[in-house]
Amino acid sequence: MSQVTMTVNGKTASGDVEGRTLLSHFLRETLNLTGTHVGCDTSQCGACVVHVNGEAVKACTMLAAEADGASVDTIEGQANADGSLNVIQQAFQDHHGLQCGFCTPGMVMSTAALLKDNPKPSEAEIRDYLEGNICRCTGYHNIVKAILAASGQDVSAVAAE
Amino acid sequence: MYDFDFEKPSSIADAVAALATEDAQALGGGQTLIPTLKQRLASPSKLVSLTGIAEMQGVCDDGDAISVGGATVHADVAASGLIPALSDLAGNIGDPAVRNRGTIGGSLANNDPSACYPSAALGLGATITTNARSIAADDYFQGMFETALDEGEIITSVSFPKPQAANYQKFEQPASRFALVGVFVAKTAAGVRVAVTGAAEEGVHRWGAAEAALTANFSADAVPAAPSADGMISDLHGSSEYRAHLVAVLTRRAVAACA
Ligand SMILES: Cc1cc2nc3c(=O)[nH]c(=O)nc-3n(C[C@H](O)[C@H](O)[C@H](O)COP(=O)(O)OP(=O)(O)OC[C@H]3O[C@@H](n4cnc5c(N)ncnc54)[C@H](O)[C@@H]3O)c2cc1C
Ligand code: FES
Ligand code: FES
Repeated sequence: MSQVTMTVNGKTASGDVEGRTLLSHFLRETLNLTGTHVGCDTSQCGACVVHVNGEAVKACTMLAAEADGASVDTIEGQANADGSLNVIQQAFQDHHGLQCGFCTPGMVMSTAALLKDNPKPSEAEIRDYLEGNICRCTGYHNIVKAILAASGQDVSAVAAE
Repeated sequence: MYDFDFEKPSSIADAVAALATEDAQALGGGQTLIPTLKQRLASPSKLVSLTGIAEMQGVCDDGDAISVGGATVHADVAASGLIPALSDLAGNIGDPAVRNRGTIGGSLANNDPSACYPSAALGLGATITTNARSIAADDYFQGMFETALDEGEIITSVSFPKPQAANYQKFEQPASRFALVGVFVAKTAAGVRVAVTGAAEEGVHRWGAAEAALTANFSADAVPAAPSADGMISDLHGSSEYRAHLVAVLTRRAVAACA
């Protein structure tokens, strides 16, 4: 066991970890931040995407010890300061970008990373960026719409199939 | 996963020293190794992370070549643009989260038969530098998952000569996002090199017949008929004949894209 300390959603958090403890496990089991979902645990689905030092990573495929000293952002830190949904979360709600909601934390975190680098992505760029985020419910269409809306773009061009 | 110790040194010398422990193993981005450990296919005593070593990070322009630190992530190679075909290749590995962690050293050390980077290293005639020596790409790849690396030896940087023109064509296996077949074509002062990944049981390799034909006449029409399907991989994603056919198709596309 060794101790790790990181800044999680702006606050200092510490805990004991084994060498093999995954970041996803540390967030969920030690810090009780269960918004980071574990869908596949094999790096395929993206439900566990969080930001480490501002970059999107799969928390199921990173060791907690590797994030010692890092700044980590999870879905729990995404809402506005007054508790209301942020612009991405609100757009997912408005455009029905979720059904069961299991993939949603990863989708929102990937979207935040995308919009940081590319504030007005095209539909093709959105679909390409979300290649590592799997959704079994929505068929992706409304997720793409939500992201266009969150980036202040017209969604009417995306047909409502 | 079986448990292991974790160390994160900040210099190559300290990493090499830490790797001298029995059954210690290097950890790059973990995008291959962590899934392997989860399946209990390996049980290292200690993982030595290479991600905290500043001298193994980044891409720099050396004039006739570019040098990529052994722990540089795919996203950084993609962003560098110094050899556009290489940046393109890096920018199409897996997905953004994989590219933010996975490293060039990890990819070349693993030498997965369907990985992208080995074809760029072989196609561009790269030199792989380790803590101990420099190895020409032609001597480095030794068959599926096999390389010239010794126990505890780490890739510290990779030097890619700048080509006159180059292009990588990846026919993606949509579930894994690896290459079902990938072909890297490079036109250099010393002739044309064609490196093929994903196709053969021997792993990444050069397609000699195409190199000779393209060195004489660099045009898509000059690409020979598909190579023999003998020794090509056959699995549920495609037969060996299908892969052999793709090798020729992708080579033509790569040459056309260079023009
Ligand atoms: C969903 C997904 C999709 C992917 N798609 C692709 C793809 O399309 N194309 C592709 O090419 N790859 C793909 N990959 C693999 C990815 O590129 C990995 O990042 C890469 O193969 C391994 O790099 P790593 O830094 O993560 O290495 P690790 O997983 O950390 O290590 C892999 C091996 O290399 C050794 N090692 C690591 N660094 C070094 C070093 N510097 N020197 C010596 N040995 C070292 C380790 O000991 C280990 O044996 C994908 C992976 C995932 C999870
Ligand atoms: S749980 Fe991490 S990618 Fe699926
Ligand atoms: S909303 Fe159910 S998996 Fe995406």
